[in-house]
Order: sequence, then C-alpha cells, then structure tokens
Amino acid sequence: MVDFGGWEMPQQYSSIRDEHFAVRRVAGLFDVSHMGRFPIVGESSLDFLQGVVTNDLSKLGEGEAQYNLLCNDAGGIIDDLVVYRDREGFFVVVNASNREKDLAWFRARAPADVEVHDFTFQQSLIAFQGPRAEALLPSQGLDDLPYFGLRRTKVADVQAIVSRTGYTGEDGFEIFVAAEKVGAVWDAILERGKSAGVLPAGLGARDATRLEAALRLWGNDMDETVNPYEAGLGWTVKLDKGNFVGREALQKVKADGPRRQLIGLRMQPGDIARHGAAVSAGGRRVGVITSGTHSFFLGYPIALAMVEARSLQRGDRAVVEVRRREAPAEIVKLPFYRGSARSISEKKESRHG
Amino acid sequence: MADRRYTKTHEWVTVDGKHATVGITDFAQSQLGDVVFLELPSAGRKLAARETFGVIESVKAASDLYAPVAGRITEVNEKLASKPELINSDPYGDGWILKVELVGELPSDLLDEADYKKVTEAAAG
Repeated sequence: MVDFGGWEMPQQYSSIRDEHFAVRRVAGLFDVSHMGRFPIVGESSLDFLQGVVTNDLSKLGEGEAQYNLLCNDAGGIIDDLVVYRDREGFFVVVNASNREKDLAWFRARAPADVEVHDFTFQQSLIAFQGPRAEALLPSQGLDDLPYFGLRRTKVADVQAIVSRTGYTGEDGFEIFVAAEKVGAVWDAILERGKSAGVLPAGLGARDATRLEAALRLWGNDMDETVNPYEAGLGWTVKLDKGNFVGREALQKVKADGPRRQLIGLRMQPGDIARHGAAVSAGGRRVGVITSGTHSFFLGYPIALAMVEARSLQRGDRAVVEVRRREAPAEIVKLPFYRGSARSISEKKESRHG
Repeated sequence: MADRRYTKTHEWVTVDGKHATVGITDFAQSQLGDVVFLELPSAGRKLAARETFGVIESVKAASDLYAPVAGRITEVNEKLASKPELINSDPYGDGWILKVELVGELPSDLLDEADYKKVTEAAAG
C-alpha cells in the first residue's frame, strides 16, 4: 500500500504487469474513490461553472460529460477535472491531491444561490476499463451509451450513475455508487469477469495505462506553473465562450505561442526515464521528464517531457539522464498506444458530423 | 535456509567453500514491485564488500545493488537479461544475480535470518 493524496492505496493487487495486460486485453477494475466528487447545485450552476472552467459547457446536455481544466488568473492549471451533467444537475470529479484546494476555489467563487457539496466520502467511484468492459459489466443496456455519456442505471442490482469515461485509453465505465454498497458491486464485477481474466488493478497499472494513452497526470505533467497550451490541452480552452478565470492570460499565450510543449519519448529497454530527469538535445538542456515508466504492453520504456517549444520534433533524437548517464531517446507521436476507447469517440464524432 | 545470510541493504548470500551466490531478498522484490531491468557487471570484475555492483529497475524506482561479500565475479545470471521477472517470482532460486569467488573473510556485518527479519519488520513499519 502507498500513500496517494492522503489515501492508502495498493500499487498492485497481484502484479502490475498482469493487471496492465488485463486492462488492455480484457478489463481491469480500479478503485478510484480517492478522487474528489462535488455536486454543484443551484439555479445559476451553469453560469458559475462556465466562469471557472476552460471548456464550453453550454452545449453539454443532460447525460453528458466533458473534460475540463480549472485555471488561475495567470492561466496556470489548478487541476484537470471532468464535469458531468445529470438530470439533477452538475457534478465534477477532481484529483484526490487537489480536492480541498479545488473545493475552496469553487466555494470562494460561487454566487449565493450555488452550493458546492463534497460527496467524496458518501459515494464511491470505481472504474471498469478494457476492450471487454461493456460485455462483462453486470449491467444492461449500455451498448448505446456514447463515449463521455452517463446515465442512471443498475450495476449488479445496485443503483448507480454509470459514465463511459476513464483514464486508460480503453473503452470502459466509471461507476458512482453509495459507499456502503460499493463492496458488493466490486465483488460482483470481479466474480462475473473472473473466468474471462478480469483483475482488480492498482495504481501501478493505472499509471502505466494512462501514460501509454498520454493522459496527463496533474502534479507530474502539469501544475499551476504550466498552462493548457504547454500541456497540449489547448483543445479544452474555449476563448470565445465568454469570460472565465484565466481567459485573458490564456488569450495572450495563444497569440504569442506557448514557450514549452509536452512531447513523447521512446527509450531503449531498461532506460526508464524518471520524473525530473534532464532532457538534452545537441548538447543543450531543453527540458525535463514529467512522467516515465516501463511499458510492459509495448515492451519498451516511454516518457513524457516538457521541453522548449520547437526544440524537438517527431523523429528527432534526444538524450535523457538515466542512472547518472545519458540514455538515447526518440521523439514519437502521442499517444503511445490507442486503446479501444478510440472507436467509440470516433463513432460519436462522426454522428455529430 | 540456515546458511543464507543477509545485508541491511536487502541482498542475500549463500556460501559454499570459496564460492558464493548473491541475490536480493523476497522482501526487497516485494517492495520494488515488478522488476523490468538489471544493469549488471561482467564476470571477472573484482568486488569489495558493500561496493555498488549494479542497478535494479522496477516500475517504481531504480535501486543500487551492493556486494554483500568481497571477491571476483565468476558468473552473472544471464537469464535475467530476458526474464528480469525471475527476481520477483523466485528471488532465492532462479532469480539469483551473481556467483562470486570469495576473497578474504566474510564481512562481520552479515545478518542471520532472525536479525534480517527484524530489519524488514522495522522497514515495513
């Protein structure tokens, strides 16, 4: 068990390698109850949220979710989050390490008629992720739930909110259930999937799969000193939606061009680039590793690095400090791996024309 | 195993006459998690006791390996190059790391099973 944002969580249940392969080939079950969950209630919730997050919520219908960023006045990323719109209103899911900070940020900016609650301890969140997640989830009628869609339904006979979202690059679901019922739902999913190869998966498999899918981790790949354009998340910033916190600063970043960029590196077997390691090119330091691991699934180590803008292009070579020496790296396209989630998002995009 | 001795840095050594076999302990592998790579020396290299002789990379971190005894390396476990997971699955058997021809006396700070257990209990908190 390791400490993660104040929560005691397993790095692995059996082996990171086995859990990682289960997620990529069948499905893995993650306990992500450590993430903060805040219902946002009140007449002007939409206007309030529009003024604090970067993406445009005006087109978000009931039963839809959207990836978002919370930025400060300087355009630095306070957190990344998903905003959900249910028939009862909005709720957001934030990173565990930022829960209290985000809660204070929201509450300090909420108008009198909007309340921001913290449901983190009453409600649990588990994620069932993998190419066979839909077939193996003990629930019914989720085949027409689009990517980033959500609905109220039963999972293993327990009332839940199910969204087609995740952090692995695979198809799959995040399941919100009352904390006192989560044990039964967890057990039922594992029991149903056992013979197909479903495994409970810990933080190690979560980090490896999210990194292969190039999904950013707040605190590693971005923080309050990094803006969305640098993090490669400019697509979440809708400058023309009206005013929001950080808009002015972000408009300037966009006009001037970001000074840094997040890139993907492929390393030689055994050379695991760790967070904080120096990245150099042409004998000059150009940046730093933000995340790195060995990908059991791809068979080589991969890393994300924040480097000076335009210092490195796809196909270029760089060197990374690994074990006090210089290890060769190649700049590659992101994501490192496209899982089953792609087909669903494409389906949705084509439907939306 | 009665004749297995340990270091505070979580290596083990068994001694048969002038020949020793070296690896890392079950506790060490469980703390490291899945091992993905070992950077190891070649046969023939001379080691001083407590000298760093290699690096073990797990998904979590890179850790130095320390020689529990002094001597000359006679063999390096070549299977580990393609199957580093042997360290996890069989740390005291197929996951051995080095064979060493001993030079001089065994270091006096090697631990027996009971004393090593105290080290791991303290480390596990």
